[in-house]
Amino acid sequence: MAAALNTALRDAMRDDDSVVVYGEDVGRLGGVFRITDGLQAEWGVDRCFDTPVAESGIVGTAIGMALYGLRPVVEMQFDGFSYPALDQVISHVAKYRNRTRGKVGLPIVIRIPYGGGIGAVEHHSESPEVYYAHTAGLTVVTPGTPGDAYALLRAAIDHADPVVFLEPKRRYWQKEDVELPVKGEQIGRALVRRTGTTATLIAYGPMVTTAMEAAETAVEDGWDLEVVDVRTLSPLDTDTLAASVTKTGRAIVVHEAPRFAGYGAEIAATLTERVFGHLAAPVLRVTGFDTPYPPAKIERHYLPTADRILDAVAHSLEY
Amino acid sequence: MNVTTSPGGAPAEAAGEPRQMAAAWRDVAPDGGLQESSSHELGLDEARLRSLYRLMALSRRVDRQAINLTRQGALGVFASSQGQEAAQVGAVFALEQDDWLFPSYRDTVGVFARGVDIVEILALFQGSWHCGFDPKRYRVAPLTTPLATQAPHATGLAMAARLRHDPIVALTFLGDGAASEGDAHEAMNMAAVFQAPVIFFVQNNQYAISVPVQLQTRASSIALRAAGYGMPGVLVDGNDVLSVYAATRAAVERARGGGGPTLIEAVTYRMEAHTTADDETRYRSAAEVEAWRKRDPLARFLALLRDTEVVDDAFLAGVDAEGEAVAARMRDALFGAPGGDPCEMFDHVYATATPQLQEQRAALERELAATESTQ
Repeated sequence: MAAALNTALRDAMRDDDSVVVYGEDVGRLGGVFRITDGLQAEWGVDRCFDTPVAESGIVGTAIGMALYGLRPVVEMQFDGFSYPALDQVISHVAKYRNRTRGKVGLPIVIRIPYGGGIGAVEHHSESPEVYYAHTAGLTVVTPGTPGDAYALLRAAIDHADPVVFLEPKRRYWQKEDVELPVKGEQIGRALVRRTGTTATLIAYGPMVTTAMEAAETAVEDGWDLEVVDVRTLSPLDTDTLAASVTKTGRAIVVHEAPRFAGYGAEIAATLTERVFGHLAAPVLRVTGFDTPYPPAKIERHYLPTADRILDAVAHSLEY
Repeated sequence: MNVTTSPGGAPAEAAGEPRQMAAAWRDVAPDGGLQESSSHELGLDEARLRSLYRLMALSRRVDRQAINLTRQGALGVFASSQGQEAAQVGAVFALEQDDWLFPSYRDTVGVFARGVDIVEILALFQGSWHCGFDPKRYRVAPLTTPLATQAPHATGLAMAARLRHDPIVALTFLGDGAASEGDAHEAMNMAAVFQAPVIFFVQNNQYAISVPVQLQTRASSIALRAAGYGMPGVLVDGNDVLSVYAATRAAVERARGGGGPTLIEAVTYRMEAHTTADDETRYRSAAEVEAWRKRDPLARFLALLRDTEVVDDAFLAGVDAEGEAVAARMRDALFGAPGGDPCEMFDHVYATATPQLQEQRAALERELAATESTQ
């Protein structure tokens, strides 16, 4: 996935000279996860550059650059370090088009490696998606596969509005046999990754792989699970989700972030409103706990697993 | 009067005292510390001096009218710039057509001096829309309410102009309160690192609502921070429009020539309360306000222009008449202005409305139609 993202940035910079990439350590080092590897060497320090350690300044300057006609792609080094920029994101990035009555849109991409599972220290494993998804004016995208990582990052850079692009860092090393460039994936579309009839697993980002594992394992139990990859958290593709759940009658939402007021609550509520008559069981959630993200040595007990997902499926089938 | 920062140029003078047609300010030494006040060429002919006065006088008039209109209910609230016309208008007067201004909510008259329609500016305070003008048309960003958050925008635009090799300069207004915000620091530091052509123009008007500047900084001047960022710093008498103009002009020219950013602190005073909703008697004395009123930048400039015979009665009468006409237009445009289409709130959230927004818009439309049919 890291290579797909790197190629997407490289191709975007080649196709559009208004694309600039910057952030902390993205230049010479190529990013702590090497997502921007080689971009400075290829495009020079004007197109890919390191900044002072100043997340609010990074996002704030991106606003000025977009106002001037550039398409900045900025990196927040880790999820837990994206919070200093929240004021700029919520107060300005999200609101500029609306504030100016449509006169000024901000084509900014804010890339954030997010989620746990890599044995990191505190502040390096957070899942901040609902802060962004809850903010009107933002588009929130999170790929679950290398192919989608490429296609959706290209789409995000081409997008007329600001995109918070959440990269599932534990899947950076995940491989997929895919020929780049992958074209045609649109923002705002969920994808049925596996068709099935027993129940629908709804996942995004790092949990797509986990949900797929659960679905494969479930075959042994005689269950044929459908897996829907949300891909765009805002705006949510409710049609694809509703169609799947109409078919299966059961839905289990999976995410790493804490449960309370989490993204799963939004999906559960939306499905209840849209397809209540088709539901054979309540929409269930398999999520992180309502705790701060735990230390590395016990994080495996926090993260949703295929087993927990299958327990939830069994629970759903009891209704 | 309780001011930690000493003004830049000549000592403060009461209105009516003769002054010289000159500019002066104090530079911050590269390793810190304020240098002695130095005099500078003004570079303004009489026609430009009259233009400057006209903008300041019109600014005062539109500001007074905005306060009146707030009291009469046409505006929800207003943050007056009275007392700060020299700082705002003088700084803006140093910009060229293609340069950019990044104002805060206190900078109404600076934006007005930039050529933005006053009725469009006041949309924010009227509550008709958050920003009533097209930023790209005027090269003026929306008036920003969260303090100092517009400063990194100015830095970013200046960085972009530099990347494009365009001779564009950005100027952002900050206050003494805003200078305490983290974004002010990040914006200045990044501007210095990247040598971005941006001017950080701090209007030290002595108060952040009720909190005096002594509680914002322990230092004797906000301008001193420039040395820490590795950029030029200037302390100027913010009630002396000629010094403000010349100091800003020098910074603008340096920035345009590739010399990077400048931090300017203009020492001034907010002669009115924080906003029309504020009660200034709770935190400052009438005597203090009165002392600063004697240094009213508009009266000072007028006295100088009369003294030097740059203006005559006919010119001043013309400016007054123009001010009344603008005030009348504000009254006409803002009184009883319709509330707008409620459904517009859905129209500009994204370039293309999401299915969710389309649904919500339709729901509100139905609600409005039902309300209408029962009336």
